Amino acid sequence: MKVVIVGYGMAGSRLAAELRDRGTDMKITVLGAEQHRAYNRIMLSSVLAGKVGERDVEITEAAGHGIDLRPGVTVTAVDRAARKLTTADGEQIEYDHLVLATGSRALVPPLAGLDTTNLPERVAVFRTLDDCRRILATADGARTALVLGGGLLGLEAARGLAARGLDVQVVHAVGHLMERQLDPGASAVLVRTLAGLGITAHLDAMASSVTAGPDSVTLGLAGGRELTADLLVVACGVRPETEMARAAGLAVERGIVVDDRMRTSDPAISAIGDCAQHDGVVSGLVAPAWEQARIVARVLAGVDPTARYRPLPVVTRLKAAGIDLAAMGAPAPEGAVAEELSFADPARGTYAKLTIVDERLTGAIMLGDNPAIGTVIQLFDRGAPVPIDRRALLLGRAIGGGAATPAESPALMPDAVTVCQCNTVTKGALAPGWRSGARPAQAVAAAPGATPGCGTCRDAVEGIVEWLSTVDSTEVAA
Amino acid sequence: MTGGAEAVTATREVATHCPYCALQCGMTLRATPEGKTEVLARQFPTNRGGLCQKGWTAAELLDHPERLTAPLIREGNTLRPATWEEALDKVADTIKRIQDEHGRDAVSIFGGGGLTNEKAYALGKFARVGLRTKNIDYNGRFCMSSAAAAGMKAFGVDRGLPFPLSDIGEADTLLLVGANVAETMPPFARYLTEQKQRGGTLIVIDPRLTTTARQATLHLQPTPGTDLALANALLHIALSEGWIDKDYIAARTTGFAEVRRTVASYWPARVERMTGVPVADLEAAARALACGGKTIILTARGAEQHSKGVDTVTAYINLALALGLPGRPGSGYGCLTGQGNGQGGREHGQKADQLPGYRKIDDPAARAHVAAVWGVDPDELPGPGPSAYELLDSLGTAGGPKAMLVFGSNPVVSAPRAAHIEERIKSLDLLVVADFVLSETAALADVVLPTAQWAEEDGTMTNLEGRVLRRHALREPPPGVRTDLAVIAELASRLGTGDRFTTEPRAVFEELRRASAGGTADYAGVTWERVDAEDGVFWPCPSVDQPGTPRLFADTFATPDGLARFLPVEHRPAAEEVDAEYPLYLTTGRVLAQYQSGAQTRRIGSLRKAAPNAFVEMHPDLAARLGVEHGDEVVVTSRRGQMRAPARLTETIRPDTVFAPFHWGGAARANSLTSDALDPTSRMPEFKVCAVKVEAA
Repeated sequence: MKVVIVGYGMAGSRLAAELRDRGTDMKITVLGAEQHRAYNRIMLSSVLAGKVGERDVEITEAAGHGIDLRPGVTVTAVDRAARKLTTADGEQIEYDHLVLATGSRALVPPLAGLDTTNLPERVAVFRTLDDCRRILATADGARTALVLGGGLLGLEAARGLAARGLDVQVVHAVGHLMERQLDPGASAVLVRTLAGLGITAHLDAMASSVTAGPDSVTLGLAGGRELTADLLVVACGVRPETEMARAAGLAVERGIVVDDRMRTSDPAISAIGDCAQHDGVVSGLVAPAWEQARIVARVLAGVDPTARYRPLPVVTRLKAAGIDLAAMGAPAPEGAVAEELSFADPARGTYAKLTIVDERLTGAIMLGDNPAIGTVIQLFDRGAPVPIDRRALLLGRAIGGGAATPAESPALMPDAVTVCQCNTVTKGALAPGWRSGARPAQAVAAAPGATPGCGTCRDAVEGIVEWLSTVDSTEVAA
Repeated sequence: MTGGAEAVTATREVATHCPYCALQCGMTLRATPEGKTEVLARQFPTNRGGLCQKGWTAAELLDHPERLTAPLIREGNTLRPATWEEALDKVADTIKRIQDEHGRDAVSIFGGGGLTNEKAYALGKFARVGLRTKNIDYNGRFCMSSAAAAGMKAFGVDRGLPFPLSDIGEADTLLLVGANVAETMPPFARYLTEQKQRGGTLIVIDPRLTTTARQATLHLQPTPGTDLALANALLHIALSEGWIDKDYIAARTTGFAEVRRTVASYWPARVERMTGVPVADLEAAARALACGGKTIILTARGAEQHSKGVDTVTAYINLALALGLPGRPGSGYGCLTGQGNGQGGREHGQKADQLPGYRKIDDPAARAHVAAVWGVDPDELPGPGPSAYELLDSLGTAGGPKAMLVFGSNPVVSAPRAAHIEERIKSLDLLVVADFVLSETAALADVVLPTAQWAEEDGTMTNLEGRVLRRHALREPPPGVRTDLAVIAELASRLGTGDRFTTEPRAVFEELRRASAGGTADYAGVTWERVDAEDGVFWPCPSVDQPGTPRLFADTFATPDGLARFLPVEHRPAAEEVDAEYPLYLTTGRVLAQYQSGAQTRRIGSLRKAAPNAFVEMHPDLAARLGVEHGDEVVVTSRRGQMRAPARLTETIRPDTVFAPFHWGGAARANSLTSDALDPTSRMPEFKVCAVKVEAA
């Protein structure tokens, strides 16, 4: 069977790898519009920050093992009747099954003075490695930057640029940052956190115009205010790349409409990743895209023809030096009996809000120092019951309390407490040695066999012996 | 033969080592005029005078009332005492009959990682020369095989620690992956204390907050079965932060580019979701490992006993290589060997695919060398046989062995999917068990041969550092008891190859030296005298005028080109993940006062008092949902079987995971539950994770 994958981003490259690993007899062709090796888009903000080079974001190639990988090839048309693709070079490629993994493109809002099809120098979107190169070319020597859009992508770009030492201003049209994931309280703490990293957020600020000159770029805001910087990054969201699918007559709404097997309205064509719309949802995230790739691979390779995509819970995560943010789920549905737990310490940048319905986490926002964050994400992800003591999720580690606990006061320690683990010697077992006159601590411990194991209990034994000496002298005095 | 303890009239002492774990603590054994045997601490470089409760009480088994002192032969449902002549004749005659009827491979041997080098060597030789069967393997397959395979691939050699233990106490950062040393080898914890006192950072990766994890500066508590992803994330972070050692990678390794591209897909937030370990903790761990100066990474069974054990160890080796650790003074990667002679036991031929000196049995040059030492035609040596679990699984089947001889192992308790393995063992025409107590496996035997204990034998052990040590006999075995070497020699003699076997351990060791010469684990230059004089000798030691090799990899690795290998590895789910029917993870492990299948330690009073029975450890939240209180009996069920034991509630375990120790048999046998999914390379079973449900009994 000839399988052609159009798109070599996170979804397409994953599918190619999944198909290769299943070792079937398929002939697989991957056509990627970008000229690069497969790379990890998640890491682009680290490229922006200058922490890693381009080579470091490369991911495993599916090439070899019967996979024909062709970067830099743009597909211009799909002939569904003949099951053929046409490339920009006029080449025709046949398929038995076609998978569209065409991704999305950055959305540039219509602003006065901005040609959205031909962005001026000093104005860039932030989506691909080429976008990164463009931003870096301008950022080199720049001191200030504007980021239009205070969603996840905009904040990723902002912290990347701030990490390079640029003074960054984020312009956001809504009254709080990441409004799809955060509540106003979390946003307020986040604004404060960002300020500490050299990022200023302008909220309720509607951009209206762009004036790009040779040395600077100015963003005009509704109300007449103007912000000027060396660089403007537009991060106003993405649109699924659906043109080719639409032209081919496939059902397209916001994205290419697919069923639970990721099949489009043509059963010989599937779609996965950012370009696909499943059950009304276009996800735009890596985790669902990879799960979709896995399902398609299982179905196509015949490993599990009944495999069906079930949407994964969505967890949004922003983690960089100085920022630790996780958001998941949604507020409780109307009429549900929901528990809401919250903790806020704005001065230290910590905020947590959890929604629990029927012993399950249905939503959470965590910002700052939340040691239980890993547990919270897994409980949400797996629909597992929450701890009986809810505080475990808000304060400290959810499992098992802290690490090493300091030695208890010997007086309060019950006699049955094991002092020496190696030789199972209890506190009670030490007293007879002392009372029979053994000194110093080593000798007291020697009889029941404590301390000569790993030596870890030496301090505890000495503490108990000291306590025994106090107790005994009191007894003598009495 | 003199008459055992009664014959001792004056105080006598020997400097020897503990019979239990791979730390092989030095101890002095003293026979008193009253006929008692005392254990005294001994200053030795590994344990520095420390012993744990198992070591202190080890001598209690020597004159234990349950000790076997006569061979036993099955008659119906009972085992009756018999003479050695009768027992050995019966074994030899039945072997001959079975081999005549079903071929040479119809007789198999199952060895153990607690046997001395001499015994492990003799067993391997007996299989290939005496029985001429390919079917020999040992319980070390359940122990060290994943780390061994990963070490061989990356470094070209498998020596648990490629540096002395003393380096560990001096590490600035120490990472323990799935190692609960405070319970499994307590005197090792001295090095943790020392490391801490020097201001070092200790990081422990374990799904439970174990006694060891409590001592950690940073404890990472991942979902069972996700250690590999965790390692890839640590390397991802080191790469992103520019903490890798580029010069080292260029000069001393190959294959980094593909590993770099693999770990690029393990960004911290993704791995946080898989493991439950917060990104901040991943970053803190990576920083400590990369920026701490001298760094040591150690794995143990928690990371290795998985169907992806080799890949998991490889992921930690990749991390160590990227940070430039192996071969750098004071730094490195190592694995903590478990069984007493887990290291030596895997070097000298009781492994299905191996000949002495860590040689491969399918290598013509290796076959020629060893055949020459043994005085046989290389073509007569059998080829590789199946691995331990596959061997046990095939017993009594149409193409499988009809007889098995077991030395130093108790697979009815220690094998995975143990109820099934018990059935397979019961289906044998002949089961022979050499042991000093009636273990659960011995109780099923057709013939039980009572053997000597550690205090009654001379020989060598190779500890977790690759240090060859001397075991000194304090006394003769009691009347009616013979050594394993004597059993092997007697059987060989009855099978017509008696001239090739000896009962003298020193003679066996001298032959082992010749057989291992030129191999990876080269003992040619090790003599018993040197071992005594030098506090042990580290292999490789190719000649008597060369020192041993305490530290490997200073200049080169044991690969053909001298470079260490990076190998890309990807996370994959456990063979059995939780689902609606079996919603909890089970992980198994050890407690301090018991050792392995417990055949020895369960018979010692103070150990039985310290750890009297099996238990099922669970989080109070889980217990509340199950309606179970501390001490209530619970039944744990997997797709393979059930176990029953009291619940032990503790907040130190994840609420989605239960833990059971595997030292007990019968209804409390944890291995009735465990999975027989095997690692594709090492054939290690997946002891550390399977799916179960728990109910109040």
